[in-house]
Amino acid sequence: MTNTFMGNLGHFMVILAFVSALVSAVSYFYYTRASELDKPSWKNFSRITFYIHGFAAISIAFCLFEIIYNHRFEYFYAYSHSSKGLPVHYMISSFWEGQEGAFILWIFWDVVLGLVIINTNKFWEGPVMLVFMLVQAFLVSMILGIVIGDLKIGSSPFMLLRDVSEAPIFQINPDFVPEDGTGLNPLLQNIWMVIHPPTLFLGYASTLVPFAFLMAGLTLKRYSEWIRPALPWAIFSAMILGMGIIMGAYWAYVTLNFGGYWNWDPVENAVYVPWLIMVAAIHTMITFKKSSTALKTSMILVIGSFILVLYATFLVRSGVLGDSSVHSFTDLGLSGQLLIYMLFFLAIAIFLTAKEWKHIPTSEKEASVYSREFWIFIGATTLALMAFQVIVPTSIPVYNAIIEMFGGLSNLAPPADQIGFYTKFQLWFAVALALLTGVGQYFWWNKMTKEDLKNALVTPYIISMVLAAVIITVGKVYDVTYIVIVLAGAFTIVANFSILVKLLKHKTFKLAGGSLAHIGLGMILIGIMFSSGYSDTISINMSGLTYKKDWEDDLNKENVLLWINKPLQMKDYDVVYRGRYKKVVGVPDYVKADAMESLDGVNQALALENIEVKDKVYFQKGDTLKLVLEENSYFKVEYFQEDDKKFTLYPMSQPNPTMGLISSPDSKRYLTKDLYTHVSAINDYEEPEWNDDQFINAAPGEQFFINDFVTQFESADVVKEMDGIPLEEGDIAVQAVLTIMDYDVKKTLKPVFLIRGNQVGKVEHIDHDLGIKVEVDNIVPEENKFVFKVNTYQKDYVVMKAAVKPMINVLWLGTIIMLIGFSVAIFRRFDEFQKMKAKGLE
Amino acid sequence: MKRGHILGLGIIAVAIVIIITSIGDASTYESFSTAKAMAMNGKTEAIHVVGQLKKGQSGEVEGIEVGEDKTSFIFIMVDNDGKEQQVYYNEPVPADFIRSEQVVVIGTYKTEEMFVAEKILMKCPSKYQETDVKPTTS
Repeated sequence: MTNTFMGNLGHFMVILAFVSALVSAVSYFYYTRASELDKPSWKNFSRITFYIHGFAAISIAFCLFEIIYNHRFEYFYAYSHSSKGLPVHYMISSFWEGQEGAFILWIFWDVVLGLVIINTNKFWEGPVMLVFMLVQAFLVSMILGIVIGDLKIGSSPFMLLRDVSEAPIFQINPDFVPEDGTGLNPLLQNIWMVIHPPTLFLGYASTLVPFAFLMAGLTLKRYSEWIRPALPWAIFSAMILGMGIIMGAYWAYVTLNFGGYWNWDPVENAVYVPWLIMVAAIHTMITFKKSSTALKTSMILVIGSFILVLYATFLVRSGVLGDSSVHSFTDLGLSGQLLIYMLFFLAIAIFLTAKEWKHIPTSEKEASVYSREFWIFIGATTLALMAFQVIVPTSIPVYNAIIEMFGGLSNLAPPADQIGFYTKFQLWFAVALALLTGVGQYFWWNKMTKEDLKNALVTPYIISMVLAAVIITVGKVYDVTYIVIVLAGAFTIVANFSILVKLLKHKTFKLAGGSLAHIGLGMILIGIMFSSGYSDTISINMSGLTYKKDWEDDLNKENVLLWINKPLQMKDYDVVYRGRYKKVVGVPDYVKADAMESLDGVNQALALENIEVKDKVYFQKGDTLKLVLEENSYFKVEYFQEDDKKFTLYPMSQPNPTMGLISSPDSKRYLTKDLYTHVSAINDYEEPEWNDDQFINAAPGEQFFINDFVTQFESADVVKEMDGIPLEEGDIAVQAVLTIMDYDVKKTLKPVFLIRGNQVGKVEHIDHDLGIKVEVDNIVPEENKFVFKVNTYQKDYVVMKAAVKPMINVLWLGTIIMLIGFSVAIFRRFDEFQKMKAKGLE
Repeated sequence: MKRGHILGLGIIAVAIVIIITSIGDASTYESFSTAKAMAMNGKTEAIHVVGQLKKGQSGEVEGIEVGEDKTSFIFIMVDNDGKEQQVYYNEPVPADFIRSEQVVVIGTYKTEEMFVAEKILMKCPSKYQETDVKPTTS
């Protein structure tokens, strides 16, 4: 039965949210301009409309989740993003898999931030909320789903499948509801994908806060006062955005097949750039608070970070990236709307800033080389240049689009080797940053002369040299570039650590945010250098099989083919592939795929044998098993060293009907390195194309070959039962027992020949691992011979890639320390705010 | 000249360097004919070619030869000018490869006959806008 209520309710809430955002914006506008006498009533009205908006926004989210949660596949959104087999936490991922859900998430966070601001900040509410509500109106318009003539405004998540699909079934039966949805993109079926998008969108949403304070400051002509309330939010925003980026990187590391945490893909770049600018903005804002310089720079950077978030949204969601990105979203026809959204706020920001430009106070005095302002400014400039270097080439598809819009033709393409191209610049900028943070921190806390600086730097300089020397020797870093990175990283860690120690001595931990964040930066730098620069692919193909063409010699074959049970040497390890496994609910280990047979129900299978782990039986033969996502297969790969089994990995792979083979690596984690194993190709397993029938005559005790396997015909026994079921009176059943040695594994095949009355039944035995199907075709009692019908297929195999990533944990630890640094800084600024509020200043 | 000015000039200089190298390092979209001409003239940097897989009469993909150890393969691609070309890729066949509507290969000619792809980008029938609903029994 088609349910239309939830969709209609959701759509109504979208419209309500849109209208209330506009009304609230207008109301806040009048509130800002009203006389003191009228202010309270305008304020009340504005707040009521805001609360209505908030209620509507939350209801939208509720309606959409209700549709997904209750498997209402009559809705396009649920049908195309979810399925019955999904556990609840992945249903949450389904919610934001589509663009509409992502916009709802963004709208939701803006409402939350708006609530916090209304309830904490008295003075700035009017103009700040005005900007907020304008943003909300734009965001809600993206999911409006209203069509006026040829003009489509927004894409509604509450569309019914029959209105979207052209499938003929809907002409026959408009009330048709599909049995199941098409499911969630398997790449997103990861716990990090449940928490990464909300974090990232909170980061996106929070860049609005400093921007809104700036706009408020400009309209109220309080050119410098906005910095105080905006600063903690800017730090908050940088922290959350940074956390979102790192979660994304971590997700890419643990699930994606391109084997790295950072790929310089346009989608990644689009988030990295606003983050850099936000970090630069924080630094200039702090400088301004201390010494009244860099106000204009701060303004430009705050505007920049907000506009760049909108630009990122445009890049990722308009489809302009097209074939240049691995994971850009499809075009929902929102590009025009997204462009207007961005240009609207860009225009307002430029207009207000230009109008007030000459009134904005500047400091005339030239910053001395020995002042912290100078060094902070250089640091902020470096960050801005880093951002610039990334955004210029990332925008190449945009230039092409513009040129083509004017009828031109451009064949400019993004750099072929993205990683090499971006690394070559970002690396040196990052080295410069690391050195600047080391030096800058000393200026930060002390007034310095040339002499003081020398004295202050000598000790950390020597210590960092020693530290770097140790790292270089122990880590065998012999590349000049890498040595420079280690030196810069060690210097920033040591210099900032010495500041940290000083601060802790004075018991002022809340001031330690900066030095902690910078220590994190140094560790990140060293971690990236080791894990990427010394990433070692151990699965180099030495077979030489395909070296038919001379030029192939130059190519590194980074994948190896592993036949089941056949050991292969990979650098220090011998690896053996042992077959496919599944995850079963309630069983602590992986279960062999052959031990079960798929049933009709979602994620259900029949146990073909007892399921045991360490002698404990979890399920009996014949039980129904519940699988954790049936489509996922885990490929058991054992790693040996000198005949000792060291560890076993289970990289995952899922042949997905819409996306092809989706693979997720499995890693062996050590403190100092990760060994990363990933499946690149698998054998067709479900419906093999069996080769032609072969007939073999053999007597018990004889040996013969099946598919090159030596097969021993052990015995032929008359059996009384089959699969645990007793046979009928008068039945004659003969079971042939064949054994095959495949390396160290002994396989037993038991085809059965059954005579019931005048009929003959043949029960075949299939071994998927070896790719063999055996059937007793006939028995010739006179000669005591059996005729076996044998079909063969390819033995099971897996093509995989393995790499060692050294020191990856230094990178992760560095990011955590950096985030702690941000948190300490937020705490400090919040504390400051509390004191100001107590004095009635905000 | 004040220090601020020197600094400003320095920033502008770096920015210009960035723009020039970005354009200099940018790759280009080529057809197989122009790509071959480039390679024959000794320009071996990787370029992009957009096209499709070669399809037979009934729409099935033709000309895929998987290497013996399954870690590389050769396929035939038709660029937007209709020129056919054998392309070698040093990775296993991506599983959704045959279904792709459009293929972008990034690489260069190694010999006159063989284009070697370093990277392949595929555009597959969209996973989000699936309008092909299979009528299941309900």
